[in-house]
Amino acid sequence: MMEQAIATYREEATELLAELETSLLELEENPQDDDLINRVFRAMHTIKGSGAMFGFDDIARFTHEVETVFDQVRNGKLFVTRPLLDLTLQARDQISTMLQASAGGPPADETKGQQIIAGLQALLPQSAAPVVKETKLAEQPAAQGEVCQRTFRIRFKPAPDIMLGGTNPLNLLNELRSLGQCEIVTHLDAIPPIRELVPEQCHFYWDIIITTPHGMDALKDVFIFVEDDCDLKIDLINDTAAITAEGDANYKNLGEILVERGDLSPVEMQKILSMQKRFGELLVEQGILPQSKVEAALLEQQQVRQARQEKTVQETALSIRVPAERLDYLVNLVGELVTVQAHLTQTADEKNDGDIIAIAEEVERLISELRDTTLTMRMLPIGSTFSKFKRLVRDLSTELGKEIDLETAGAETELDKTVIEKLNDPLVHLIRNSIDHGIEMPEVRRAAGKAPKGIIHLGAVHSGDSVLVTIRDNGAGLNKEAIRAKAVERGLITAGAELSDKEIYNLIFAPGFSTAKAVTSVSGRGVGMDVVKKAIEALRGSIDINSTPGTGSVITLKIPLTLAIIETLLVRIDDNFFVLPLAMVEECIELTRADVEAAHGRNLAHVRGTLIPYVSLREQFGITGAQPDIEQVVIAGVNGSRIGFVVDDVVGEHQTVIKSLGKLYRDVQGISGATILGDGTVALILDPHLLVRDVERSELQQFG
Amino acid sequence: MAKVIMTADDSASVRQMVSFTLKQNGYDVVEAVDGKDALTKLGSQKVDMLITDLNMPNLDGIGLIKGVRAGSLNKFIPIIMLTTESQDSRKAEGKSAGATGWIVKPFKPEQLIAVVKKVLG
Repeated sequence: MMEQAIATYREEATELLAELETSLLELEENPQDDDLINRVFRAMHTIKGSGAMFGFDDIARFTHEVETVFDQVRNGKLFVTRPLLDLTLQARDQISTMLQASAGGPPADETKGQQIIAGLQALLPQSAAPVVKETKLAEQPAAQGEVCQRTFRIRFKPAPDIMLGGTNPLNLLNELRSLGQCEIVTHLDAIPPIRELVPEQCHFYWDIIITTPHGMDALKDVFIFVEDDCDLKIDLINDTAAITAEGDANYKNLGEILVERGDLSPVEMQKILSMQKRFGELLVEQGILPQSKVEAALLEQQQVRQARQEKTVQETALSIRVPAERLDYLVNLVGELVTVQAHLTQTADEKNDGDIIAIAEEVERLISELRDTTLTMRMLPIGSTFSKFKRLVRDLSTELGKEIDLETAGAETELDKTVIEKLNDPLVHLIRNSIDHGIEMPEVRRAAGKAPKGIIHLGAVHSGDSVLVTIRDNGAGLNKEAIRAKAVERGLITAGAELSDKEIYNLIFAPGFSTAKAVTSVSGRGVGMDVVKKAIEALRGSIDINSTPGTGSVITLKIPLTLAIIETLLVRIDDNFFVLPLAMVEECIELTRADVEAAHGRNLAHVRGTLIPYVSLREQFGITGAQPDIEQVVIAGVNGSRIGFVVDDVVGEHQTVIKSLGKLYRDVQGISGATILGDGTVALILDPHLLVRDVERSELQQFG
Repeated sequence: MAKVIMTADDSASVRQMVSFTLKQNGYDVVEAVDGKDALTKLGSQKVDMLITDLNMPNLDGIGLIKGVRAGSLNKFIPIIMLTTESQDSRKAEGKSAGATGWIVKPFKPEQLIAVVKKVLG
């Protein structure tokens, strides 16, 4: 691209030089013609400006000198004379030689250039010699050393007509937010009554307290375009670097802050102080200040105190490195402790002894705190995995001749160490898929009116007790017809099957499914999305896919925060106990004999007007024994649909410490692990995903 | 939908470079060869932003900015002017005519994109 622009520049400059020559010669005849003077100036201005853009620095520097002289002519401070025209024509030739030199011609004579410049400068009136000022957008100064957080107080009061200049003040506030931790208070007291209000004007103003590693210059840069159109006051109010080790975590009182800001006079402060009530409330009560000003000052106090406290903490104990296995051992012990605690609670309840129950409750509280703390110790930010993918995207896209950028968000989101490790392979697969099948070749994209460079967005965000990881691309999207045709060909669905978009997309997770026309080195060997789905389900997560033809696909992985301990629902069938992940359970209903008979042998339950299919776990696991008259249906959300699981009894919520089943049981379908209950009984952990798949398969064999 | 940005510049090479950089970053671009051309196009087409040179034949950048602010369709769009370091007075003139900000020539593609993102939010 640059080469092309450089070639355009050479042509353009050559044309401009020709025009310059003509204009100069005409100017000799009409030395007063403003139009001609302007034309000369403009020609040189463009040669200089564009020259600097494309690396012709020597030309830009030289032309700048000539342009300076003509700027004086244009402003009427210098007259067009014969010597001036001679020198300018010589300068024109010099520029022309320099241009040719850059294209492989003979080099320009530098001494000659210097002579021309000296000659031109001699023509300038002494005082007019220009002072070249650097007003480039300052590069942001790097944060000094490690964590050097400073807190600034900013009052930003834009001029009412700021929006007429095309500035949206909210963008500036958002830009500040991106620089550090920000507290923003909006002041409304300058807004005129509605009758006088001009909707095109802005009467808001803001107090901002920001704690940031950047310096004052970076903050000023945010407002660089509006400096003259606003009242802006930026004060450094706290510099953690300047605080000594014993650091005073206290900060000024509210009154002192307001006085310092000029919002309040010292006399007023004394008057209020003498009343001996809460200072801020009084200020508002007395009508001296609006609530927002007081809030702003309080926020400043809070944020600075916090920053100083953090600094103290950081200095006393930064972090300790602990071997991972020691942590794992600790988590195991906590797991055992949770089991013992359940036993204790149960025993205490049975003995019905008030003293022991009180102790059991105390222990329960402490252990749940201990559990939470231990689990957070194993949390790591997911960002370490993200950075690996940058390389993957770069290498693969080059190999395939595609242009792709990887954007990431939420790298700081924390997940259990083991989960992050196990998430790596599925993510690699999904990103490979996006690169290979999602993003189109640059020319295809261009033809579709899209930017030739594709974007893959990788994001992570907390949502309740899970983390949502999304892989979004702006590629072609999934081809519904191709997926459908393939699924029919593979016998996954019948040709006439009516499927929703979501169901069609979900087909790509079926074993052995791959729509790539050719097998590439990147993906498409048939071991595809089913492996990903299995890996995600092994983490007790779920996978969801969404796609819009032409604009791209989004794959969302929902991953539980930890693998060690989960909240479950404990259920009973005969004398066997099972647990279901509580996150999946939506509701529980009763199922009577009459309901079963009314359904005529189909496993469907009526729930508030909708039919919900259910799986009888008693039948599924071949449990004999007396079936109660009223059974319970636990309704869970599985792959986006509601499925019921029939059990004898729902016992209640249970903290489940997950134990794996061991190699011998690795082929057992529908069971993902086991746990030990308070009384030592073993309960099996059900995997609703696998259970449903198992039932679907057997139904297909039976009726399909 | 991609945001539309107009680049008004009488230098084809600068137009080409601005336009390429913007397109590469997912913006749609409308080109204008001078102030008059730009003002005519802006009279009938809504754009999200204008990047204009100051020195142009027919109608210069200052005139163009004034014209846009006096119109209705694109009255409130951010306008960025391209200036050179010797033009401090022109910068002030541009600001008072209604420019939102400026970029000093020469600039790198990243600088252009940083400014575009800054004013478009």
